[in-house]
Formats: sequence, structure tokens, C-alpha cells
Amino acid sequence: MEPLTYFRDAHVVRQIARETAHLHLSQPVQLMEVCGGHTAAIYRYALHDLLPPEIKLISGPGCPVCVTSNDFIDRAISLAMLPDVTIATFGDLIRVPGSTRSLADMRARGADVRVFYSPADALEWAKAHSERTLVFLGIGFETTACTLAATIAEALRNKVENFSLLSALKTMPEALRVLFTAPDAQVDGLILPGHVTTIVGWHAFEFIAREFSIPCVVSGFEPVDLMETILMLCRQVAEKRASIENQYRRVVQKQGNVRAQELIREMFEPCDMSWRGFGVIPESGLKLRSSYSQWDAENVSVEVEPTQEDAACRCGDVLRGRIHPTQCALFGTVCTPDTPRGACMVSAEGACSAVYQFSSGHHGQ
Amino acid sequence: MDNKIITLSHGAGGEAMHRLIKELFVKQFSNPRLNPLADAAILKLNEERLAFTTDSYVVKPLEFPGGNIGQLAVCGTINDLVVMGAKPLYLSASFILEEGFPIQILERIVTSMSQTARAAQVEIVTGDTKVVPRGECDGIFINTAGLGMCPLGHGLSKAPLTEGDAVVISGTIGDHGIAILAAREGLALQTTIESDCASLHELIGSVLKESKGVKWMRDPTRGGLAAALTELAESQSCDIFIREAAIPVQEPVRAVCELLGFDPLHLANEGKVVMVIAAGEAERIVELLRAHPLGRAAATIGQIIGGGMGIVRMKTEAGGVRRLHRPAGELLPRIC
Repeated sequence: MEPLTYFRDAHVVRQIARETAHLHLSQPVQLMEVCGGHTAAIYRYALHDLLPPEIKLISGPGCPVCVTSNDFIDRAISLAMLPDVTIATFGDLIRVPGSTRSLADMRARGADVRVFYSPADALEWAKAHSERTLVFLGIGFETTACTLAATIAEALRNKVENFSLLSALKTMPEALRVLFTAPDAQVDGLILPGHVTTIVGWHAFEFIAREFSIPCVVSGFEPVDLMETILMLCRQVAEKRASIENQYRRVVQKQGNVRAQELIREMFEPCDMSWRGFGVIPESGLKLRSSYSQWDAENVSVEVEPTQEDAACRCGDVLRGRIHPTQCALFGTVCTPDTPRGACMVSAEGACSAVYQFSSGHHGQ
Repeated sequence: MDNKIITLSHGAGGEAMHRLIKELFVKQFSNPRLNPLADAAILKLNEERLAFTTDSYVVKPLEFPGGNIGQLAVCGTINDLVVMGAKPLYLSASFILEEGFPIQILERIVTSMSQTARAAQVEIVTGDTKVVPRGECDGIFINTAGLGMCPLGHGLSKAPLTEGDAVVISGTIGDHGIAILAAREGLALQTTIESDCASLHELIGSVLKESKGVKWMRDPTRGGLAAALTELAESQSCDIFIREAAIPVQEPVRAVCELLGFDPLHLANEGKVVMVIAAGEAERIVELLRAHPLGRAAATIGQIIGGGMGIVRMKTEAGGVRRLHRPAGELLPRIC
């Protein structure tokens, strides 16, 4: 059997679901998936549908587009309005509303906003268009930080001077600490992000089990991975223990990718970072070190409109796991994937978009 | 936010385009022949029933693995006629050319239009040429309109869709979408995938000649299979249940989708047809499709179920059941 086929095998998935049901958990169990990739996979394969009713899955702050704050988008829009500037971004971000408009609105009005699939492609484009200044919108976590660090290093080697980075790069452990320190945190188990832990190693998240007594399991992204992770978490809950376990053993190691970590440290230093739903979290972001300031678009002086928050949009509560997307009054009526009011409805990895697109019948079921 | 301008999502075949068509074009142009929003309008002239359609082609790149804009412009319009059960007869061809466009490329495009039309026994009988200053269109845009005749005696069954009718796809999905994506500038992606761009007159003709069981057809182009099935469920007020595991997808298409976060059900096809078939006839029609080179991978992927809510549900590969929607906005990748 092909490896990928095994990890999607409906029989294996059902078998694990049966084992989970046999744990006979006496109380409702709320598990949080941190990574947007996990959110997308859970809904895409409709795994909710296969779990016993006492297990509830909620989404966390791990969708990079969703946690990008309005002030970052506003700043990107101001840069997009400068003559000779091309904004390069990963796809979903262009549709996220900032304080008053989105990058897609600006593109429709003539700004040069381009979607790239990797920073390396954007660097190639910059090389071929020396008359333009390319600003790459760096959103994401340690995984993206690593590829961006490699791209800046490449720009340095090739003396590409019209490439720069506007960084909203974030690091996950600090945000989770804020989340679980809050008195209203209701998480019985944590599905840890497989890609981020590939880079930083699972030891970076050990403190969650130790300090907050929350069971943690690092998970892969296929249906069998996620179902097995949920089973492992429920076993910990049933046995009343909290430790960190690794379901994604075929990829993730305790120490992570040390070379990637070094590359990130060489290029970036920790900084305070603004997160949608959290506000500014100290030391939870990455900015280019001053020796690379030539490539830092943060240094470009532009006038940015005053930040406004949409009072009715509850993305912040969704990202903290406080409410299910359907509990937001805008969900599915005013706010849909075509007319998104908040970032969580835009991104393919956003909880609102996933619930809207993939619910089993009527929205919210 | 200001929504009062056209954005790319208005042309992506998803929800935004659907609303633009309903709330502006249909509202203004409303008449009984337009309102069903079928692939072609059916016109009754004296005793004859004619099918009439038009489509504009703006694909980029102009030449891609498996075809070019000219071949696409002929196949696409022929397919819009044949899925209405019509025999395609005549096409128009209008060209909007950009100043500076190489005539050599134009010749290649027009030659393949002529070959494709001839192979389908269709004549290109009228046309138009406009040239706009450099920078005011992207190389070449082509519009084709098509006229076909709905033959008496055979064509689509008039029977209403009922519970148990089979939903069949004529082959692998997503090939065109991935071929275009891979060929597009700025994406360093090497695949062996070719567009499925093909004229379906023969394939569909071979089925309609042998069986009266086909009740509904559509070619799942922009918006992919997901948009075609949603359209079917909504327009016919029926519920549909499909099985993801039964949908044929080529391995390289699956791989690129994994990599970039696309769903094959959202990707465009240019040589496939979705059919709804009376329960008893499904097996025979799948065999007929498979007997033709363009239908080798044909498969039954689901059925019409009771309910009448206009909803499509899919049993995923992993066994869970979820709802299927039109893709929203532009097709965009996941980013981590």
C-alpha cells in the first residue's frame, strides 16, 4: 500500500475512532488544534463526523493569515500605494480586510500586488524587474521564517537590492503561553503543529504539559495522523496525565532542525509582535537584525491610516478558542468567504472558512 | 469595505461570479431562454430547436501543455453546445489583438482552431478582428459563438431527476487547471500533466446515439466539479451525494494539489462532462464512455438522493461526510 493511501484509509480511520469511543470518557473533552493546516485537514476530511460526541475540536491561533493584525495590512497597503513598489504576498492575505480595505481592493484600483508561492520565486521576479522595489509580506511562523531567512541570504549573496521584507513573522510558544495563562482557557488537550515542531523541535512545547498540565501531542496532517493524535490525547485525559507525545515521529524530532534554527537566529531577532485577538505579545515576533536592515521594509517611511477594529467581528475570540465560528453573529450571513469581514473567513486554513465550506449540512452543524 | 468594483473573483466561476450574473445580467436581460443559465440557450425557430452559446477566451499562457487558446476557444464552445444535447454546426471567431503581437504565434493559434473545428465537422462562418494599442490587452483575446441543432428523436431525456439517478464523470478531474498553473510564469513547478482540452462531440454523441438515459449534462470548466455539482443541485432542486474515493484524479494532479493546498474538485476541466443518468442505464453508459479514448477513466461518483434542498454532500476519503460548496474567490494556496 502506498504510504499516503495508508494515512487516508477509511478503515484505519474508523478503527481508531472506535478505539477512541471505547475510552468511554465520562466528561466532554475539548481539544485545540493549533495549526491552520490541521484545521483545514479536519474539516476537509470531515473528521468531526467520525468522533464520539463528547470530543469537541476547537481551533487555535496557528493560521498565519488569521493572526495577522490590521495594522500590518494597513502598512502593506500604504507601501502598495508608493510608485515603483510591487507587493509580493502569499495568496490568502490579499483578501483580508485591513482597517478600511484589503490588498485585493488596492490591486483592483491599480496597485501592483502579486501572489507568489514561495519567497524564492519572488526573489527571481525581483532580479528580473530591477526597476521595481519588491516588498515581500512575511507572515507565518518558524517554518516561513526559515525559508525567508534563506531567501534574504540569497539576496545578500546575489546583491539583489530591490528585494525587501515586511515582517509579521511570529513564534508560537509565546502565544500559547498567553492563551493558557488566561483564566478562561478551556483546553483539555493540544494538537501541536507538525510543521513548526519540525523546525523548532517538540521540546520547545514541553512547558505546556509541565506548567499548565495540558496533554500535548505533535501531529501529522493526514486523517490517520489526526485521528491517532486525538486518541493519544484522549488516553492522556482518561489516565489523568499530561505529557508531551509525538505522533508525527516520521518527521518531527525532539531537537528539531538545528541548522534551520541557526539560520533563523542569524537573520532575525525576537521582537514584540501584534497578533489579531491577542494584541501585542512580548518577544513573540521576528524582525531582521540591524545588520540586514537594508532588506527591511519596516524602515521605509510611509503614512499609515489609523488602525480600526471591526467591533462586530469576533475573529479574536475564535482564534483564542473562546467561541465556535457559528457563535459569531456575522458568520454565514454578513461574513462569507466571498464577502469576508474577518481574516478567519478568508484563509483556507481559517476556522470560519473551514466551518463555512465544509460543514456537514447546514452551517454550524 | 467598498465592494463596488470588479475583482478577479467575479470571473473565477465561484460564488461572486454567480451573484454578479444573477443580480446584474439576468436581472437586466431576463427572458425565458436566458434564465435557466444553461451552457447554451435553446431557441425554437419554426419547427427547429437550435442551441446558441458564446464564450470569451483569455487564458494565460496562450500556449500550454496539451493545447493553446485557439484550440480551447473552439473546443469550449463546441462543448457548451454538445452538453445541451445539440449537434454543433457553426462557429463565429472574434479576435482582439494587441499591437506588437507576433503573427507567427497568431498563425499557430488559428491553425489549431481550424484543425479542431474541421475534426468536429464544424464551420467557422463569421468573425471579427480588432487591434488595440500595446498594453491595452494581453496579446490576444478570442471570442467564439456557436450554433447547433437539437436533433429530433434523440438528445437529453425529458424525465425529471429522481432519487437513485447516477452522477457520472467522464474522466480524471483537474488536469487543465494544473497544466495551466504549472505553465504559468512565476511558478517553478515541473509536471507531466497536460490539459484535457478536447472537443466532446464524439464522446457525447456515442452515448446519446445508444441510450435515452442521460437526463442532464454539464462540462465542469471554471469552478470545477464542485461548481458543476452545486449548479446541478440548485437549479434542479435536488440533493446529491458523492463519494470522494470514486472520483478519478491523476496522481501528479493530486500531488500538486497537496503541495499548494488546492482541492481537485475546484480545478478547471476542458474535456470532461458530468452526467446525471437514469439508474438502470448508468452501468451501460459508463461502459459506452469508457469505450471512447476521451472517456477511459469514466466513473460513477455518486447519486441523486431524496431531500430536494439543493445540497451536495460528499463522503470524504477518510469516511466523514461534509457539504460541498462552490469555490470562493480566486484559487489560492495554503501558506504553511
